[in-house]
Amino acid sequence: MNSNYGWWLPVAASSYAGRIDGSLAILHWAMVIIFGLWAVYMAYCLIRYRSSASPRADYHFTESMKALTPDVVILVFEVWLIFFVGVPIWAHIREDLPKPPEAVTVGVTAEQFAWTAHYPGADGQFGKQDIRLVNAGNPLGLDPADTAGQDDVVSVNTLVLPVGKRVLINLSAKDVIHSFFVPEFRIKQDAVPGMRIKLWVEPTLEGKFELGCAQLCGTGHYRMRADVLVKSAEEYQKWLDAQKKGI
Amino acid sequence: MERVETFWSKYVFSLDHKVIGIQYMITSLLFLLFGFSLVLLMRWQLAYPGHPIPLIGRFLPDFIAAGGIMHPAAYNTLGAMHGTIMIFLGIVPLGVGAFGNYILPLQIGARDMAFPRINMLSYWNYFAGGVLMLMSFVLPGGAAQSGWTSYAPLSIVSPGQTVWLIAMTFLITSSLLGSINFIVTTLNLRAPGLTFSRLPLFVWAQFITAIILLFAFPVLQAAAILQLLDRVAGTSFYLPTDLIVGGNILDNAGGGSVLLWQHLFWFLAHPEVYVLLLPAMGIVAEILANGTRKPIFGYKEIAGSFAFIAFLSFIVWAHHMFVSGLKTKLSYLFMTTTMIISVPSVAILTCFLLSLKGASIRYRLPMLFALAFLPLFGIGGLTGLPLGFTPTDVYLHDTYYVIGHFHYVVVTGSMIALMGGIYYWFPKMFGRKMNEKWGHVHFWGTVIAMNGVFFPMFIQGMAGVQRRLYDPTVQAHNLAVQPLNILMTASAFILLLFQIPFIWNFFHSIFKGEKTEENPWQATTLEWACPSPPLPHRNFDKEPVVRRGPYEYSVPGRGEDFWPQDKP
Repeated sequence: MNSNYGWWLPVAASSYAGRIDGSLAILHWAMVIIFGLWAVYMAYCLIRYRSSASPRADYHFTESMKALTPDVVILVFEVWLIFFVGVPIWAHIREDLPKPPEAVTVGVTAEQFAWTAHYPGADGQFGKQDIRLVNAGNPLGLDPADTAGQDDVVSVNTLVLPVGKRVLINLSAKDVIHSFFVPEFRIKQDAVPGMRIKLWVEPTLEGKFELGCAQLCGTGHYRMRADVLVKSAEEYQKWLDAQKKGI
Repeated sequence: MERVETFWSKYVFSLDHKVIGIQYMITSLLFLLFGFSLVLLMRWQLAYPGHPIPLIGRFLPDFIAAGGIMHPAAYNTLGAMHGTIMIFLGIVPLGVGAFGNYILPLQIGARDMAFPRINMLSYWNYFAGGVLMLMSFVLPGGAAQSGWTSYAPLSIVSPGQTVWLIAMTFLITSSLLGSINFIVTTLNLRAPGLTFSRLPLFVWAQFITAIILLFAFPVLQAAAILQLLDRVAGTSFYLPTDLIVGGNILDNAGGGSVLLWQHLFWFLAHPEVYVLLLPAMGIVAEILANGTRKPIFGYKEIAGSFAFIAFLSFIVWAHHMFVSGLKTKLSYLFMTTTMIISVPSVAILTCFLLSLKGASIRYRLPMLFALAFLPLFGIGGLTGLPLGFTPTDVYLHDTYYVIGHFHYVVVTGSMIALMGGIYYWFPKMFGRKMNEKWGHVHFWGTVIAMNGVFFPMFIQGMAGVQRRLYDPTVQAHNLAVQPLNILMTASAFILLLFQIPFIWNFFHSIFKGEKTEENPWQATTLEWACPSPPLPHRNFDKEPVVRRGPYEYSVPGRGEDFWPQDKP
């Protein structure tokens, strides 16, 4: 059995995974405390006020401003959580996009039922794509006449990323909605046909992880997966160099 | 005016809200059983992927399970139809159609609904929609297989969806007709003296639910018709330009928006969650007041919270779309409204819990269900927090955590309360009680088995298991928690077994149950002031006059511990 996975969260392998795990911890502790208080109070009442011990109910206990205390506590907790925890983390994940050339840029295209990664090659330029050129040998429809595309690398169902570098991913879909989900990175983003969505990730751990599809996309949804290989900078470069270039 | 009743006009095309209510109840219970059976087949596949389904596998047609082994498309079909049937043909018709129809006119002292003919039409639209949904399994293309959410473009390019959309328009029409009827009835047919501040909380819940239905469902109706046009008329409301499906460029004009469907769908479907929940909360309030023998704590706070939830439920829908490519700024807005909507829910639960303080609790069967609702719905509500909060939703979205969350809300929450409602109002409906002993067997078995099915879902969700996977073992990160599926599947079968005493008890007690008088629970609200069962077509011997609030239990200085609303 793979030691990256167990009965709780998988291993954390991206720069923001720790902050997401922290939020999960805060919320789950809050849930346990709230539920615990409810449960203890309820159990006490169920025993104390059973009809044999309390033959006549108290008609008057029906209104009290104190009853609003839990509501106020929850409201204050949530407002704190939203503005001091939620918004900063979400802004970091969604809006702190790395800019080329500092970042590695990868295109990821989803289709029934495969993930295709697209690397720009040494020139840093993605080749032109044309929907009419798409076929089994050219899943992205790269235009052979375009010089920018001649050193591009296309990799089906294997996404290789360098460790410790911010990676910008341009996510798109050919047919229906899919969802890019790498549990170890704690990131999920739908790939929506007709939209090109940017997301970023900074892998912090070398190893083999898993990219699954999280949005029902048809009969093969369950087997739509790819390996995510996080390598050192040298290994990453070696892998890129070894790939077939262009189409 | 006395009508001449034939068998057909009395039991089939009846205009009597009580007969229509029982029609709704029996039809929706049958659909709940059917929808539950579908998920048992799925659960077998999840626990033992690729193994032939035992016993019934060989009788299933080849397109579902050739050689008894389930087909992936069949798994998707069962999933889509399970969700559709449980929500639109099961819980909503039971909570609103059955209990609303039967109890609401009685609780306000009315002779019938405001529009009896529309009421009948509402039931028969529901029935037609339900039959069409069932027929879709054997029609060409089979039943829908794109999830109960029917996200475009998958729903537009997959077989089976056309009949689903047509059936949905019947169901939506049914709910719309019903909601108008409930609103008008509550506004106009209340007995003299029954002011809004004296309404039972169940009536408040039904009234507010009807308002939600009236505003939310037309949006889905329109959205469904647009999707139908995309499928049959070649339009592109939800189809963008240049789609390549199965290697071929799709022959459509394009220019549509994929996310438009999600916005329209969730604009209905999030308020819909509260349509599933509010009637159940109304039932819990009635049973709690009766079982604690004291006025419910915070009557105004609860009624106000119902209304506030209904309002907020219309501005939280995009929390289903945090990872869909929604703008970051919009997600801040929807995260805030979503977190805020937990406050009125906490308020209601707090009031229910405080109602126990100073009580004189009588542990009778309906009360057990109402009490079980409190902690179990509590789990459902609390686990909604990490899903409404974007930094945690980005991980938990579309995992089993979501499935666990809404099943705790709808099954251990709503369904448990609705079962309690059946035990509570059964004597009113049939003049007989359901058997206590079998009721206890049903209660304990059901509550324990439900937790066995749903609690492990949170652990699987935390481990990152996605929903809607035909075979979870294909992906490495799912393997560690795979053994939990065996526990969950076993619990689901045990849950089915424990429904047998309920089914037997229900039908046996209609004919053979212990006879009861008109007010067996010593309750205060108006439905207990008429005979059991109430008189056909007019309910009350003479129109009741309301003199006090709905929950006058244990009033000091009175001998009896209950003071009905209409008694001097």
